[in-house]
Amino acid sequence: MYKLTIGEKTYYCQPGESVLDTFLRENVNISFACKKGTCHSCIVRSPNILPPESAQVGLKNTLKKLNHFLACLCHPEQNMVIKLPDQSEFYTEGTVVVNQLLNRNTLLLIIAFKDAFEFNAGQFVNLQRPDGLTRSYSIANIPQASNTLEFHIRRLPDGRFSEWLHDEIKTGDTIAVSEARGHCFYLPERKEQGLVLVGTGTGLAPLAGILTDALGHGHSGPIYLFHGSREVDDLYRVDEMRKLAEQHQNFYYIPCLSGKHVPEGFTHGRVNEIALATLVDLKDWRVFLCGHPEMVNQMKKMTFLKGASMKDIYADAFLITAT
Amino acid sequence: MSKTLYERIGGEPAVSAAVEIFYRKVLNDYRINRFFDNVDMDKQIDKQKAFFTMAFGGPNNYTGADMRKAHAHLVEIGLDDSHFDAVMEHLGATLVELEVPDTLIAEAAAIAESARKDVLGK
Repeated sequence: MYKLTIGEKTYYCQPGESVLDTFLRENVNISFACKKGTCHSCIVRSPNILPPESAQVGLKNTLKKLNHFLACLCHPEQNMVIKLPDQSEFYTEGTVVVNQLLNRNTLLLIIAFKDAFEFNAGQFVNLQRPDGLTRSYSIANIPQASNTLEFHIRRLPDGRFSEWLHDEIKTGDTIAVSEARGHCFYLPERKEQGLVLVGTGTGLAPLAGILTDALGHGHSGPIYLFHGSREVDDLYRVDEMRKLAEQHQNFYYIPCLSGKHVPEGFTHGRVNEIALATLVDLKDWRVFLCGHPEMVNQMKKMTFLKGASMKDIYADAFLITAT
Repeated sequence: MSKTLYERIGGEPAVSAAVEIFYRKVLNDYRINRFFDNVDMDKQIDKQKAFFTMAFGGPNNYTGADMRKAHAHLVEIGLDDSHFDAVMEHLGATLVELEVPDTLIAEAAAIAESARKDVLGK
């Protein structure tokens, strides 16, 4: 009989029971539906140990890597600590070391930590203001020795949190940062696979992290980055990306502008339409989509119809909280 | 004990392969793709997997009542026999494409067919 621990509480998994069976018997509040590994409602995480392989059938590779598993399919082989999806988070204090503008409305914020911060490039964290107001932001850099996290913060009209970061936060201030979340990140496997990255606005942040990570791992397949906004003043890191494209033969950077004024070197049109027109067949490609929710949802469908497998489509739709 | 159709067809990996082929056909079919607008792709793929698992007689906990409830809003906007027929057509074509033997296809079609009344709220 193995022990299952959630936070402070411990439950005993009886012989023959799945983790879900135990939780339901003990009245643990967990969502579930099919109980057969199909609906993915009862997905949970084992932060410390690898769950049995049979409990990860059908999950995206990035979720597998983070030790996510399906409670209904899991017959424990040892004691397990389990995190439910909605379990309260652990926050770490970080110190702002850089805050400067990347363009007229996007702030580069770099937060440093005393100890190593565990994350995968492309994941996001929650930032919390002292009064408890919390917002999610994507991480734009890759894990490195300096123990820093980089964020691109767009100033939203009447956005309480983004205005606070833009107007009040100074270098030296501390901010509470949650553990990294999300499964939109690069895994160094199938390096010959084509990668297509499509983002709007600060959707570039996670994509830049994913791109750096892929190039750093020597990804050999073609990598296309499509970054879009309406006006040229709302794009950023254009020169840096162009330089990367010069340095790496397999990396293509296509900045797209949907507005009327399109200077030389930029493509005119919506970023999703240009990406789809450029890449005709996406069979066996890996797709990363970040930014505007409508763009992300539409592109999930379109890239799938162009041949990408759902398990190779990673998306991070930016939700804008009503203020 | 004899093997279920689900096991004979190849279990979970076979279902995953079939779902992608099937769902592309469905989304490309002008007769029915409007019923799939505004759905979350990841959730939808999971639902299609459940459908295939059921069609293959594999483990599923779906009841007639679930089927009715899940499709009621689509019946309201006009889901009828012709749309069900179109889905059945894609199910058959998918299995043919995967070179599933005819006898197994017939078995799967019969199981899927048994959900017609509940799906259409009849």
